[in-house]
Amino acid sequence: MAKKESTFINMVATLFIVTLVASTALAYVYELTKEPIEAAKLAKKLQAIDAVVPEYDNQPVADMYKVGLSDGLDSLEFYPAIKGGEVIGTAVRSFTNTGYNGLVVLMVGILPDGTISDIQVVEHKETPGLGTKMESPKFKDQFMDIDPSQVVLKVKKDGGDIDAITAATISSRAFSEATQLAVDTYKKGGNK
Amino acid sequence: MDYIIIVVSAIFINNILLAQFLGVCPFLGVSNKLSTSFGMTGAVMFVMTLATIVTYLINHYILAPYNIGFLQTISYILVIASLVQMVEIILKKVSPALFQALGVYLPLITTNCAILGVAILVIQKEYNLIESVVFAVSNAIGFGLALVLFAGIREHMDLAEVPAGIRGVPAALIVAGLLSLAFMGFTGIV
Amino acid sequence: MSQWKNFAKGFVKENPVFVLLLGLCPALGVTSTAINGMAMGLATLFVLLMSNMVVSLIKNFIPEKVRIPSFIVVIATFVTVVDLVMAGYAPAVHEQLGLFIPLIVVNCIVLGRAEAFASRKSFMSSMIDGLGMGLGFTFALTLLGAVREILGSLSIFGFKFMEGDGILVFILPPGAFIALGYLIAIMNKFKKA
Repeated sequence: MAKKESTFINMVATLFIVTLVASTALAYVYELTKEPIEAAKLAKKLQAIDAVVPEYDNQPVADMYKVGLSDGLDSLEFYPAIKGGEVIGTAVRSFTNTGYNGLVVLMVGILPDGTISDIQVVEHKETPGLGTKMESPKFKDQFMDIDPSQVVLKVKKDGGDIDAITAATISSRAFSEATQLAVDTYKKGGNK
Repeated sequence: MDYIIIVVSAIFINNILLAQFLGVCPFLGVSNKLSTSFGMTGAVMFVMTLATIVTYLINHYILAPYNIGFLQTISYILVIASLVQMVEIILKKVSPALFQALGVYLPLITTNCAILGVAILVIQKEYNLIESVVFAVSNAIGFGLALVLFAGIREHMDLAEVPAGIRGVPAALIVAGLLSLAFMGFTGIV
Repeated sequence: MSQWKNFAKGFVKENPVFVLLLGLCPALGVTSTAINGMAMGLATLFVLLMSNMVVSLIKNFIPEKVRIPSFIVVIATFVTVVDLVMAGYAPAVHEQLGLFIPLIVVNCIVLGRAEAFASRKSFMSSMIDGLGMGLGFTFALTLLGAVREILGSLSIFGFKFMEGDGILVFILPPGAFIALGYLIAIMNKFKKA
């Protein structure tokens, strides 16, 4: 079978048809996968929230509200956990860009009395084996069940009360910073 | 100030080649001669910057507003392919010698993961147009830096006595690994 | 060549990663664990298989000069399909592979096979070639991922078999280069044997 001639019309028509078919097929697949993709994103958020607040009977993601930061540009997302009409905890999605490799995103669970219930690392690019130790109980436990107004959430090097991870001061600092931001913003605008 | 962070980060800390693994194929293919490395870098810088600008505009004015983000891959790669064609035509006229030297590697810039990678990254990082251009140029410089360093080392390696088992590509990869290790030392300067 | 040889060549003799040195970007970028390597390999296998099949079917309708752009559109379509399906049904893996999924479209193996093989051979041969190359690629990536995971995290397929940290450099960028370099050297020995 002879191949089609490369006339201008043939070329343009072919490319146009191929692209058209491709785009249509993709639009179809996109519609098909839209819902599963949304569901997956939601599940991921819920996973982090579930890990840091006590059991609730509301929809934290639906009840999400934002609290502005002092720089006026950004805000943190607050996910309230409600049981029997009362707020039993709030998951605050905090972040900092001062990690060793940039962005670190935390989900900080704060109880109505202001103490921290748990912290989940949602996103990070820290060095495996060093910065990643910030997820270990040995480091994280320093932040739990403490009253943030009594404990200074900074590494000892910066005059705080937190023991940094050996050889991972920057990651420890970033973690502390993001947690402090969550606590401060909660104090400012959280629904207790 | 932010621009300096973008530049330093792209060239040293998150070097497109040694830390992000984008652009490795031409890296191994072109880097055995210093002269071709320079030529390759220039071509990549031109295509990368232009491609980033065009794909940014496409994303901003067509894909995002009409919610057809799923056409990103197709549209981006078509833009890159056309740009490379353009570069080929221009090079043939302007510098036939360089065109000859780059040989088959020129059309291969289309499949250079670095170019498509950078185009996608600026959208992921939510840079504006100027930041995207700065990012693109810096990454091209970072690519060139790694390429030139590597070519220099390889030219020396050609004259050295390398154990038979790892001669050639394996040795090149191991050296690339050591270079990557060296560049890791840059983390933390911002 | 026989269809069996067509299929088997992708594993050792013409292994895309270890011999043809194609597709190195994803090979280095996502092989910090064996599972990631395998997932990437399978995603690429899908694209390779589908594009080889489609290209061999439409090859006689495409004018010479627009061959490459047309093939690229076909490949990009399947890449986007994989991207969307993974985002919806395997979000954890999708996140791990990240940027490298759309980068399958510039994986030299896919365009290379479409151009060098599928555009000239029959549907059957193209399909088998795609399958063989894709599986060979998956094999290479899984192997590299396993080596890096065992040495770097002291685990295999997520199963930790020893306490503590391994030789961390292997799950970092330098380790990728070094591990691949040594694997290629070892494979070269196998090829000669």
